Amino acid sequence: MKTDSGPEPQVKVPPPPRRLYRDPGNRIVAGVAAGIAAHLGLRTAYVRVGFIVLLAANGLGALLYAAFWAVLPTQAPAVPRRRVPFLQRAALFALAIGVIILRVQLGGFGDDLSLIALLALVAFGAGVIWHQADPGRRRRAAEPSAVPSPAPAPVATPAVPVSAPEAVPAAAAAAASVAEARTAEVESLGDRRWFPVRMIGGGLLVVVGIIGILGFLAPMGPNGFGATLTGLLFGLLALAGLVLALAPLFYRVFGQLREERVARIREQERAEVAAVVHDQVLHTLALIQRNAGDTTSVVRLARGQERTLRNWLYKPATSPTERFSAALEQAAAEVEDTYGISVETVVVGDAATDDRVAALVAATREALVNAARHAKVGTVSLYAEAEDEKLSVFVRDRGAGFDLSGVDDDRHGVRGSIIARMRRHGGQAEVRSTPGEGTEVALTLPHSGRDSS
Amino acid sequence: MTEPSESTRALRVYLVDDHAMFRAGVRAELGAYVDVVGEASTVAQAVAEIAAKQPDVVLLDVHMPDGGGRAVLEALRRTQPEVKFLALSVSDAAEDVIGLIRAGARGYVTKTISPEQLADAVRRVADGDAVFSPRLAGFVLDAFAARPDVPVTDPELDLLTNREREVLRLLARGYAYKEIAKELYISIKTVETHVSNVLRKLQVSNRYELSRWAADRRLV
Repeated sequence: MKTDSGPEPQVKVPPPPRRLYRDPGNRIVAGVAAGIAAHLGLRTAYVRVGFIVLLAANGLGALLYAAFWAVLPTQAPAVPRRRVPFLQRAALFALAIGVIILRVQLGGFGDDLSLIALLALVAFGAGVIWHQADPGRRRRAAEPSAVPSPAPAPVATPAVPVSAPEAVPAAAAAAASVAEARTAEVESLGDRRWFPVRMIGGGLLVVVGIIGILGFLAPMGPNGFGATLTGLLFGLLALAGLVLALAPLFYRVFGQLREERVARIREQERAEVAAVVHDQVLHTLALIQRNAGDTTSVVRLARGQERTLRNWLYKPATSPTERFSAALEQAAAEVEDTYGISVETVVVGDAATDDRVAALVAATREALVNAARHAKVGTVSLYAEAEDEKLSVFVRDRGAGFDLSGVDDDRHGVRGSIIARMRRHGGQAEVRSTPGEGTEVALTLPHSGRDSS
Repeated sequence: MTEPSESTRALRVYLVDDHAMFRAGVRAELGAYVDVVGEASTVAQAVAEIAAKQPDVVLLDVHMPDGGGRAVLEALRRTQPEVKFLALSVSDAAEDVIGLIRAGARGYVTKTISPEQLADAVRRVADGDAVFSPRLAGFVLDAFAARPDVPVTDPELDLLTNREREVLRLLARGYAYKEIAKELYISIKTVETHVSNVLRKLQVSNRYELSRWAADRRLV
């Protein structure tokens, strides 16, 4: 075998409990050979050749492979999938053909071959079912589909964060990137959809295999195949009776399990509510009592708490660094906290953020700050709308207002932070103000593609 | 009575809210403008007393034990067509807001509204107009936004006209009716007509997303 082109990086599983895994990240068929090689510290190619040579022993290689595949758990690959060099694949394939031809030349496979094939079938069927229950499957589904990297990545690729399977839907709401979590959810959904197919298919394979083995062994008995079938039938009847007898018991056990699960979820939820109430609401109430004399702080505290509670109750958690609406709400919250005013925020539609959108949010923030500082009113309205081709933001107060022509050029706030910033990013800013009636700042930014999600 | 409106007598207002403190507050604030004829803290009490007292306007809390404002609306909508309902709530949840409007409320305001504005809203609702808070206007714009995946079965009901959209936008921006009228060069009466039309569409349109939309929004 002159096939190992370059040093093959060996995937060393970190020591504590050294277990045997399949390594689908480095596979030709299912990664069994790669896993064994990694475990034994051998070259993968040697193990592969070993399996192929064992094919000669009445197909033992195939049986072993199927059996290993059925029982070995997979490990979340520490290395993104590598393609096994084509040369090595071709060589192994040729070797397998060679072994089979040689074996046939030497007198063909014996009767044992069909037995081994049937055993392999049973192992395969069992594997299909067992892998269903393997959390590794779900976990792999939660990762972004392996990126085919052109060069074999070194072993040092950061380990993939392992989340409990139940956490997948919850994680969608959490800080993690929404899109990624969504694909994970979709994939695990797809997994669930395949569940019955796999169960039934795997079960059929196992049953067919076992019947085959029985049929294969039976002719050696005195009464031949017919007797075996009768026996099988009785066996099935007995099994059916047993199932019937035990069904209520199983049903009850399942019911209990489900109830426990529901209770546990409820308990978790309650704990979360308690945490919010305790950490935030009670804390704020205590602060309000201590600051009872200071109206501004009381208003600020109450408003801040209201906002937090509202967001927690009604709003999906989105990241201000990703969504236009979340970014605006964060800016409004900061201004509320800093200046002790309330910002009535209404956002229609939503969009993903980029540099230009971030500039729009920054300009909005500046407009809110101006209103908070100069308008001398308690409430400012913020309205934003994401349309197909543009984003618009309106900041309005009913406060003091000012005379636009009276603003000096050196006043950085309006000219620099709002008008010039919007212009720099291809947008527009318009300030309308009437002394005594209030001010409205209108910001628009051309934008491609409303994103209604 | 600082402001005797068109009507010769003070408006008769009924309060439904399960927070006694809030009822007392509203009673004190509104007392100068309207005649608060009664209050209830439960759905059953509200249904019985409103039928008996026939107030002009009912201020209705969204969230109450045993069904909330929606249960009151559903119990009285048919039998008391003369009574107008104005939802008053701290809830920001779209399904609460839209749900109450679709059950027959003539408007929705938040509990942080100032007494003058609340009195104004009550008067408007009593006159048969609609009252939209900026947030509700935003919700409606969102709900009626043109989306390729939603079939429009009845354009008359399922779409907003450009003018209605403009009016809603200004409402969402915090404009008062008077200011909207000035901005769009139309009369206040026209603004009121537009808003009432939007309310009607919101109540009777079968646009798929009006029922589904709020739930979808939460899933984002």
